[in-house]
Parts: sequence; C-alpha cells; structure tokens
Amino acid sequence: MSTTMSAGSTRSPRDEHHDPAPSDPAAPRGAAAPHPAAARSAGPRSAAPDPAEPDPAPSHPDLAGAVDQPLQVLAVDGTRRPEAQLDPCLRDVDEAQLAALFLDMSVIRALDDEAVALQRQGELGLWPPLRGQEAAQIGLARALPERDFFFTSYRENGVAWCRGVEPAEMLSVWRGTTLSGWDPFARRMATPQVIIGAQTHHAVGYAMAMAARGQEDIAIACFGDGAMSQGDVSEAMVFAASFRAPVLFFCQNNHYAISEPVALQSTVPLSHRPLGFGIPSLRVDGNDVLAVRAATRLAAERIRSGAGPMFLEAVTYRLGPHTTSDDPTRYRDETELERWRERDPILRLDRHLERLGAPVAQLRTEADERGREAADALRDAVAALPVPAPEALFEHVLTSEHPGLARQREQLTALEASLAPAGSAS
Amino acid sequence: MSDFLLPDLGEGLTEATIVAWHVAVGDEVTRNQALAEVETAKALVELPSPRAGRISALHAAEGETLGVGAPLVGFAEADAADAEADAGPGAAPAEAASPEPEQEQEQEQEQEAASAAGAGEARLERQQVLVGYGPVLPGTGRPRRRARTFPTTPYERPASATGDGPTPRAMPPVRRRARDLGIDLDAVHGSGPGGRILRADVEAHAHGGGTAGRRDTGARGSRHVPVTGLRKQTARAMTESAFTAPHASVHVTIDVTDTLELLDRDGRAEHRTSFLAAVCRAILPAAARTPAANARYDAETGRIEVFDEVRLGIAVATERGLLVATLPRAGGTPTAATPSGATAPGTAQGPALTAAIAETAARAREGALSPEELTGSTLTVTNVGVFGVHGGTPILNPGQSTILALGALRTQPWEHRGGIALRTVVTLTLSFDHRVLDGAEASAFLMDIAETLADPATLLVR
Repeated sequence: MSTTMSAGSTRSPRDEHHDPAPSDPAAPRGAAAPHPAAARSAGPRSAAPDPAEPDPAPSHPDLAGAVDQPLQVLAVDGTRRPEAQLDPCLRDVDEAQLAALFLDMSVIRALDDEAVALQRQGELGLWPPLRGQEAAQIGLARALPERDFFFTSYRENGVAWCRGVEPAEMLSVWRGTTLSGWDPFARRMATPQVIIGAQTHHAVGYAMAMAARGQEDIAIACFGDGAMSQGDVSEAMVFAASFRAPVLFFCQNNHYAISEPVALQSTVPLSHRPLGFGIPSLRVDGNDVLAVRAATRLAAERIRSGAGPMFLEAVTYRLGPHTTSDDPTRYRDETELERWRERDPILRLDRHLERLGAPVAQLRTEADERGREAADALRDAVAALPVPAPEALFEHVLTSEHPGLARQREQLTALEASLAPAGSAS
Repeated sequence: MSDFLLPDLGEGLTEATIVAWHVAVGDEVTRNQALAEVETAKALVELPSPRAGRISALHAAEGETLGVGAPLVGFAEADAADAEADAGPGAAPAEAASPEPEQEQEQEQEQEAASAAGAGEARLERQQVLVGYGPVLPGTGRPRRRARTFPTTPYERPASATGDGPTPRAMPPVRRRARDLGIDLDAVHGSGPGGRILRADVEAHAHGGGTAGRRDTGARGSRHVPVTGLRKQTARAMTESAFTAPHASVHVTIDVTDTLELLDRDGRAEHRTSFLAAVCRAILPAAARTPAANARYDAETGRIEVFDEVRLGIAVATERGLLVATLPRAGGTPTAATPSGATAPGTAQGPALTAAIAETAARAREGALSPEELTGSTLTVTNVGVFGVHGGTPILNPGQSTILALGALRTQPWEHRGGIALRTVVTLTLSFDHRVLDGAEASAFLMDIAETLADPATLLVR
C-alpha cells in the first residue's frame, strides 16, 4: 500500500507527545493521515489492501499513531523496518533470539496441528486451533518474565506452552478428564476461561491485589475481538482504569468471533475503545512476532512503572476453524484466506532470517524435529491420561469435607453400583 | 486387523458421510495422513489417520453415511509402525488394492441397505442436536423432544439407611414446598415411583398431619368430597367457560359518595333503592349503547348472537352453591315464571328493582327458582362486595359475553375537587369474552356504567 505524507504524518512521536490536542477520534476510517512509521518506511509494502494496516486516524497523545496503524517492524516480505517506538525494545534481539522465536512458533503450530488431528481421530472432544496466531502468542509470552500472571481464553495454548504446561496438562480438559489442566500458581497461568471475556475480571482483580501488596507483578488478560463486545470486558477496563491496576489487556483480533466478522462488531478499530476508558492503547501487527514482543515489553514497562493498565490489540488472523466443530468455509472465502496465508507469521520470520543470512534450512529441520517430538509427546500423553472416577467430581468443590457433598458422593456411588448389572447386560 | 472407528467430529454428532477416500486398500499411510474427506452436519473435514500402517479395509463407500462409532478403516496388524518414516501413499503395490475394496464396498452397501430396511424406523428416529447449531428440524414443524430410555435398574435406597441416611427422594420443587410448609420429608410417605415423594404426598401430609400418604390409608391426610349437583354443574360451567371463551378484564374504581346520598335520600324502607339495583339500572342503557356486551359467541355457527333484550342475572351464593338468578324482565313485562308482584310494569325503577332483586335472591336460596329463571339471563352481575373484598375477576357465565363484578363499598381517602377527602368508592370489574368484544368496547361499556353510577344525572342527558 503506497502512502502519502501529510502535515501531521511527518511529526515524530516525541513531538506528538507534547501535543496537547490529540487528533479527532471521530475521523472517518482511512481519511486521516497515515502513521508516521509509514512515511518513514524503507521497505516495500504489501501490494494487496491490508485489513490489518489501514485506518490511520487518532491516537493516544502518549503513544503516537499506533492506536490505528498497526505497529510493524517486520514487513510481509521479511524486511526489517525502523519503528521509533518499538526499536528501543528490540535492541537485544540477535540471531539466536530470532531462531528461538522461530522454533517456538513452529513447535506450537506442530502441537496445535497434532491436537486437531487427535480431535479428528476421536481422542479429544474439541480443540480450538491457534494456527495463524503464533506470533501474537509467542511474542507476548516471551516478552514477559515468569512472575507475571496470565489470565487467558481457551485459544492461548501457545502461551501455555511457553509457561511450561505439560502436554497432558494441555489436553486433559479437552479430553474431558479434568476441569483444570494445571496448577495455575505453578504455571503462573490461570485455568483458561471458556466464558468469553470473564477472565478480564480475574486479571484486573489479581492486578489490584498485586498493587495492594506492593508487588511489581503484572497481570495479563488475553482475549479475542469477540470478547470486546462483552460487558465483562468493559467492566474490567473501568475497574482497571479507576484503580490504575497493573494489568495488560491483550486482545488478539483474529477477525472473527466464530463467524461474526470484527467489522460487524466494531465500526472503529478495537484499539480505539480503551481510550474511552482512559486506558492507553497500541495497535500492533499480530503476525509480526518482533512487533508483538516489543510492544508487550513497552506496555509491561509502562504498567510496571505504576502508570496503570494498558491495552494492546494484536491484529492477526485465525487460519483454521474457530474450533474443530466449526466450518469456516461457511463464512469466509478462499481469497481472504490466501491473503492471510501470505502474511503467515512463521513464514514472515523465516523470510527475515533468510534476509539476514541465517542458516534457515538448518533451522527449519530443527523446527520440524522439535515439532514432531512435541506432537509425539502430545499423542503419548493422550493415551496415558487417566480416566477419573465419577467421584472425582466432588474433589475440588470445597477445600474441606462437607456433609452435603459427602452425602451426594455416597449417593453417586450407590447409583453406580445399582447401574452396574444393567450396564454389563446391555 | 484393527479398525479405526468413526469418531464424533464435533460435539454431539451422530453420523458422517464419506465424501471421498484419499487412500485405498493396501496403501501404506503415515500418522495423520488424510484418509478421507467426510461431511458432518457441521462441516466438511479431513480425517487424519490415527496411526501409521497398511490399510486393509475401507468399511464404507463414497457417499455412504456411517454412524459414529462404526468401523471406518481397517489397518493390517503387520509391523506397520516401522514403516511410518518412509512409506507414503501409493507405496504399496497397486494391483493388490483394486479388486478387494470394491467387493467389500458392495458387501457393505448391501449390509447397510439391509440394516437400513430392517431398522428403518430406528434410523429415522435418530436426531442430532449440535452445539451452537440447534436441533435439526425434520422439514417443517417445531423441534421435537423424544423421551430417551436407558437400560437401568432403579436406584433403591439402602434398607439400612433409615436414620441419618440419604435424604428422602423428592424433586427440588417438592422439597421447596415441604420446606415452605415446615414439613420434614423424612416423615412423609412417598407414593411415587421408587418411593419418591410427590407434591401430593407433601400436601396430603400438610393437611392430614399424618405420617402416611393418602394412597395407603385412603383419607387420613384429606377428605374426599363427592362432586355432585350444583357443585358439579358449576364446575362444568366454569371449566367450559374458562377454556372456551378467552377472558379479559377491565377495572375501574369510582367515587359513588354522591350517588349513595341520593339513594338514601328517601328514608322509607320500601322506597329505598339498593346500590346493586342502581348498578343494574345503569347497565341497561349502557348495554343498549354497546350491544356486544349483551351477546354470545356461537362457536358452532361461527356467529355472534346479539340479544334484543337485556336479561340480568344476579349471582347468588346459596348453601347448595352458586346460582345465577335471572331478574324479572327489566322492561317490565312479567313472565309466567316469575309470579312475584315485584314484576309489575316499571320494575326497572329503583325501589321496585331493589325489591325484585331481594325477592329473587331469597327464592334462589330457597331453591325455588324456575328453570327459566336459572338459565334465562344474558348478562350477569356478581356482587362479590358483600363478602368484603374490593373486587374480583369473574369467569363468564357460559353463553354470555360479559359479567360485571361489584366490589365492596369502601370509604377511603380519594381525590375530590382538587383535594383529598374521605369518599365512598367502589371497584367495578368487567370480564368479557374477547371473541365478542375488544378492550375498547368493553372499556366503553364499563365506563358507561361507571359514569352513570358516579353521576346518575347523566341518565337524563344521554
């Protein structure tokens, strides 16, 4: 997309920082000046109209331009472009780090593919694939220290993997053998929420507690574009802003709330909404792992400094179905999909590594091997998952024994005993 | 040989149709290699192979629909796992593959056809309810709910568990009812299946105070009263009315202080006009202005019968039960069945009408009404106010389109000439057959009556 410069677009973010009057938030989409980064952009830009990259308009005065224009440091063709806000957070990135990110993304894709296959083979009841969102999840999870606490939706299995969640822990909920796959405190990641947006409350509450205790940990609420239409998320942002809670709202805009396109849910970029709550916001290319990583660091530093909550919108795309029960061909077409395959986050880093002259072929082989190992471990874990006794239902309801529950457990046991003969007869 | 069974591909699916096979018998496949494309009620998906190995059987033909759990693909038991790394599709000799699957497919199709014919109804009964998609609707019509049965033996409460064993079995609403009534379920005998306590058991316990349900002891918890005579007739009439005529009601509360003063102005008992008589008097011109209020809906002919004449019926509570007594003709023509002197011409006048009502009611209590007097009314007034209540919503007397309920005359603070004064007010409720009248007509009729009662002088100017 070619861009033209306008008066506002040449100002640096630093200048805008001192500009007391932010531009008109009601400016029509695409009508205002492009982001400064676009004007400075060295590399060629994607020729196709890019839904992830239009809509230049207003911004938080503190965070120039990025509310609209997704910040990007890796172009689709893999070229590295300067980005004034993010570059300071990327100074430590060397080839080894890039390779690690490449491996991370490759491995979680392999894990994800294997889980989809396991569902198709009848081993899992359901699985929500993350294919296409690897950069958003890896960029996020790898930017934060272990002590920060994640409150996620059900699709953040890439985040879970970064947090050391074991294959068996990752699959047990989807196989229906447990209600919570892992110890949230051990992994610093709460049990993923299936209720859309509910985890944002948990994150804000946790963050408020951290602030009250004087701890520097921050909480991260991960949710999708669909959750932005939920009342819970709005309420959570109200509380976060009012109490200056150290929480990062991380929205993976994968363009669809199941079948509902994001444009139907929001007539403005999602990153505009937090501004109304008084929460600064950044829009970042969610298929650019470096941009996500840098933006997360920027946000986390800011939050940790006591500046209150912050919102990141990672503009990405779900290449697979919403879940294994979904048929995306019913609501989107192949041309759209093809456009986004071209923006594949792993492919982009691959191209970047290639441009840097890194040993890509070797990396690809290693990625395949590690991916296969992880997939094998996942498959082996499924077979080994114990089937819990029905009485296990009662185990994690209350911390102590309760007469009512004890009675119900006895009744269940008696019921099972009475069912046994009929069951064996049929 | 081991079979790969067709899995539930999406939260509650019961079947899938084979759209295309990507492998043939004899093929060596790797794990997760696509075996087939199948279509479910939700989506078209590729089925990845659960293992590496050699395909020994395809259990369905393309286009065939298989139930979840049915064998889909057979794998040869050879050391297949070792072949995973290098064996791809087409690695196996092609000639071994071709004849066998066709035979198998034919057999399978025959079997399928046979089983479909044999269990045809059972197959039609099957219904998929998809998470997020709702039930599959067979053509038109609404979703059907089918009782599901499982081969189970009922749970019996262990004999030993008497004292502090499990709580007696009862549905939550029944438990709630028992709690509200302050009844300990342990003391209630359950007459339901498997000794379950039913609501009736709780009610019986509450009324009888006994420890056993009525089924066992007959009448300890309650009393059975045979429904006969008038009670039976009332029950039938009310049921018929309530379930054939769509009822609706309108209410109005009016200040009748001035009217009552007017009625009491002449102190002589024989000239006194009762309020009920005044109401009856007010109905007559109102019914003339709203003819639909004095009519009936004839379902058999699909017509509304509008009566020429208003025959007022007065609901009378008697020892035997409720009666609707027809007043002497309002127009003043006595009928053969009403020998009373009160039926002289001019009965519509206040004092005479008062006397006629009193006399009719008295004869109703004595059981002395003629059949014509019991059935001849076209519009009923029920004076529930005599019981002290402010009003009520009456059920129509069958064959009539309106019924007016008269509440108690009560003195209460009321708006009067821009201030608040103690006034005597009364609530009038008109129930009407919505097949005959709409709210507008019913309201007009009621307000007509109300205005006359609030200000009798309107009779002169209308």
